[in-house]
Amino acid sequence: MTAALSIRNLEKTYDNGFQALKGISFDVQPGDFFALLGPNGAGKSTTIGIICSLVRKTAGSVSIFGVDIDKDFAAAKQLLGVVPQEFNFSQFEKVYDIVCTQGGFYGMPRKLAEERTEKYLKQLGLWDKRSVQARMLSGGMKRRLMIARALIHEPRLLILDEPTAGVDIELRRSMWTFLQQINAEGTTIILTTHYLEEAESLCRNIAIIDQGDIIENTSIRSLLKTLNREVFILDVREPLAECPDLGGFEGRLQDETSLEVTVEKGQSLNDLFTRLGEQDVAVVSMRNRANRLEELFVSLLADAKQEGEG
Amino acid sequence: MYSTAIWTSFSTILRREVRRFTRIWPQTLVPPVITMSLYFVIFGSLIGSRIGQMGGFSYMEFVVPGLIMMAVITNSYSNVASSFYSAKFQRNVEELLVSPTPNWVIMAGYVLGGVSRGLIVGFVVTLIALFFTDLGVQHLGMTVAIVFLAAVLFSLAGFINAIFANSFDDISIIPTFVLTPLTYLGGVFYSIDLLSPFFQGLSKLNPVLYMVNAFRYGVLGVSDINVAWAFVGVLVFIALLFGWGLHLMSHGKRLRH
Repeated sequence: MTAALSIRNLEKTYDNGFQALKGISFDVQPGDFFALLGPNGAGKSTTIGIICSLVRKTAGSVSIFGVDIDKDFAAAKQLLGVVPQEFNFSQFEKVYDIVCTQGGFYGMPRKLAEERTEKYLKQLGLWDKRSVQARMLSGGMKRRLMIARALIHEPRLLILDEPTAGVDIELRRSMWTFLQQINAEGTTIILTTHYLEEAESLCRNIAIIDQGDIIENTSIRSLLKTLNREVFILDVREPLAECPDLGGFEGRLQDETSLEVTVEKGQSLNDLFTRLGEQDVAVVSMRNRANRLEELFVSLLADAKQEGEG
Repeated sequence: MYSTAIWTSFSTILRREVRRFTRIWPQTLVPPVITMSLYFVIFGSLIGSRIGQMGGFSYMEFVVPGLIMMAVITNSYSNVASSFYSAKFQRNVEELLVSPTPNWVIMAGYVLGGVSRGLIVGFVVTLIALFFTDLGVQHLGMTVAIVFLAAVLFSLAGFINAIFANSFDDISIIPTFVLTPLTYLGGVFYSIDLLSPFFQGLSKLNPVLYMVNAFRYGVLGVSDINVAWAFVGVLVFIALLFGWGLHLMSHGKRLRH
């Protein structure tokens, strides 16, 4: 099956000598919801810039659904929609005009562009704002406007560069639902985000990029299986004066009703609860101290840094 | 892209450009009309009546074609320079750069946008000129052709200025220090016959002189220079600037890093 996105030995060295990409390769399969993660300055935006032709690559190749961007520039771009990190529309144009005009840039007849504009502005809750200048929108609305604009030509591959940055939780969740819906309808999605909870809930596969190299490229499920330890916070009913005896588990009191316990791979939570029950400690709720993917992400970056220094 | 898609893309850019300068008409259409009206009143009517004849015509008749051409040139240039630089500054130029629209279509759309503003301002200035003098056109085809080509040429120059500009100051430097002196010294207000042979020779290096005189020839039937050279020169400069602009868009690092 032809990959939705195929990147081979992609390199980018800027004029100042900074090597942003050191020959990365990865594939994204059709229909996937793919996370491209990495710390700031890792090379994510450079990669996206090259895919959508805003950045010139130094070496390597990029194909979108089998179409090489160097060989058939126009056909590749018809298959691709991009939602950039920064707002990049005219602040003085009306919402409707921004989306409809983009359809024209893709060669869409006016009538079709108008129909699609209405469809996506309605789906993204912006129809009531269609006659408003873009500068008057809230941050969340501006992000949704960029998504509507990127979808106007109904691309098969949609790349979103931190689409929910600075968006409140309610709106973020409604954007997740929308993205899941268009993914279910067949659009391949690549997402970069700093909210690892977002990547864990939405994405099936992942590539982690650091200092211009891919340091991990696998499914999120397989990645989570490599987690060696998890830290849980247990809320207890009665205040505790000191940390109870946890047997083989490592733990400490965060405060008198919150207990932090580290569970190593192979240890059973049943054993922990049995031991707490024996000491009449009743647990009323339990949560992860941090997102599991976040734990892995931090540890992978630390390993990469150590290897680099070694 | 297929030809119909290219046409759609081109007309979309042009429509957006026209929408932009008509939306902000108090900034784009009114000021040049007021400025030119003042030129007509002061140079044409008040001072011109004391100057007498120039090139066999009243000073008002002589100066009107040059002022119309000056309005077309400055408005074509500044429209593209400010519009394309604003698109760079706000980054909405990326809307076009990520689309399948070919670079030459992007340039053509912006340039025709500049030409549209130049011609609209030129038309309104012409209507106002009719309040001051009778404007008989001797060679209609030549008049229309040279005004259109001059608008294309200076729109292209504005486009290249915008590509190089890194700040809003950069798009006012060329109009202030290059375009305005060339226009004022380009035979708008005087015939170069009034100058010494040395300054006549120097004036002939000024491309604006050729456009102003070709337009004046179209309207009045007189010119300081050979009009054929004006057309050849304008066409050569259009080809050169178009090629340069295309090269900057395809290979330059000011739009794509």
